Amino acid sequence: MKEKIRIASGQGFWGDLLEAPYQQVTKGHIDYLVMDYLAEVTMSILQKQKKKDSNLGYARDIPDLMKRILPICVEKNIKIITNGGGVNPLSCANEVKKVAESLGIKNLKIGVVLGDDILDKIDEFLSKEIDLKNMETGESVSKIKDKLLSANVYFGSEPIVDALKQGAQIVITGRTTDTGLTLAPMIFEFGWDYKNYDLMAAGTVAGHILECGAQSTGGNFLGDWESIPNMAEIGFPIAEAYPDGEIIITKHENTGGLVSIETVSEQLVYEIGDPTNYITPECIADFTSIKLEQVGKDRVKVYNVKGKPETKFYKVSASYFDGYSAVGTLTYSWPKALTKAKAADKILRQRLELLGLKFDEIRTEFLGYNACHGPLAKEIDEDLINEVVLRVAVRGKDYKSIERFGREIAPLILTGPPGVTGFSGGRPKPSEVVAYWPALIPKSMVKPQIQIVEV
Amino acid sequence: MKIRLIDIAHGRSGDKGDSANIGIIAYDDKGYELLKKYLTVDVVKKYFQGICFGEVERYEMPNIRALNFILHNALGGGGTVSLKHDAQGKTLASALLRMEIEIETEK
Repeated sequence: MKEKIRIASGQGFWGDLLEAPYQQVTKGHIDYLVMDYLAEVTMSILQKQKKKDSNLGYARDIPDLMKRILPICVEKNIKIITNGGGVNPLSCANEVKKVAESLGIKNLKIGVVLGDDILDKIDEFLSKEIDLKNMETGESVSKIKDKLLSANVYFGSEPIVDALKQGAQIVITGRTTDTGLTLAPMIFEFGWDYKNYDLMAAGTVAGHILECGAQSTGGNFLGDWESIPNMAEIGFPIAEAYPDGEIIITKHENTGGLVSIETVSEQLVYEIGDPTNYITPECIADFTSIKLEQVGKDRVKVYNVKGKPETKFYKVSASYFDGYSAVGTLTYSWPKALTKAKAADKILRQRLELLGLKFDEIRTEFLGYNACHGPLAKEIDEDLINEVVLRVAVRGKDYKSIERFGREIAPLILTGPPGVTGFSGGRPKPSEVVAYWPALIPKSMVKPQIQIVEV
Repeated sequence: MKIRLIDIAHGRSGDKGDSANIGIIAYDDKGYELLKKYLTVDVVKKYFQGICFGEVERYEMPNIRALNFILHNALGGGGTVSLKHDAQGKTLASALLRMEIEIETEK
């Protein structure tokens, strides 16, 4: 057994710093590169792409990235784990296979985790009285069944571990928990027992710290952010894991950013609910048990993590079509920038009403004044405001109303208050609103499958 | 004595459906005691009354000197539906940290 393994985060979301995975595999030693590509909204976008072309539906950054890093990973024996397979992990694996072949790489096994996509099984589940109730509203999924765009089960680390056991150097999954990507190599390398819930929780906490990339190494740090060194070359986090469940969060030496108790703490509280019940497929981790200690420069020890047995359910992330929305913006300048923007908003709303357009919601915000903190924004001396951006957003079921709204923004320039600019982007176009449907499904109803693609 | 929370704490906020979570972390033990004492559910709920239209939950994380608040019905329908510029509540932590509290001073 290895005495320790180093697991590096390469992406915190699809769209993250493209240089990060390359830096992680070149700037120092690591054993695993883990990359999270999937946000809730991402699955529906990928499902749409797959509908248009059955070969698509995965994070298309992956083949290009592999061209760059695969030769290095093969040479250094770094394993890659990613959920960037989206709704088509097999196609993603085949693309990676093509890349490997074009690079002359041989004897490479790509593990593919399948079975999380349940979009075609909803009727079957409903017939078995599995009605995937919305966790927030309690309504049955049958209410939105015909509007569903995607439905995926969050698998955990187990299928990834199984793929690694079958010799995969790369594991590509669909909807897997972000934390499972980091926990899996620990279970695989140290032979951890799935029933040892403290160890499951320790790996889960490490995964939570890694899952948003540089958010644990000084990025988006609300503390003394100006003291974070060299943010241009910020190092992404690395979890150095030990067989007893101790984790050191660190980063490569010659990178920017900072790993401190404060930067790690901010990530620990990010997007959590009840900290004593952080639920994953493997365990329920207790975030209030976590202890942190600075044990060196850019090294924070995470220990004493406690866990409880897992639940009998997987989380399901489903999305459905819920109408249209559009956003229009115009910029008003001094003098009386805010007063002008408010007057323009009033005129626009009057016109929308006179046209008899139908919306579920119209929302106005003034960027530069109250878009972030809303009613908590402080009153300001208007003479000190150089400019304000009027931002009006609409949402509704009636496509024609949303489309017409888009045609009512530009006219304000010549038919409203003066000193206005910023309309070079064209008319705002209606975009489809994708709503999210969180639910639970008994684990017995879905089984992950592993397929190995050999190069 | 009046203090601003941003002088004793930092934090981070994000979304879970239509709920926002705000984690507030004190820089030291004394600050954590102040947070626990003054940043009650009622105080936070009243403060965010124009933003949060549901219940507020508070959880203590003494090991990292943090309080975690869940603000229900606070994001205009949630990340993908919301018309808000800050649909994911990313700036709500700083909104809470600009709060001023009146604390009793030791004599």
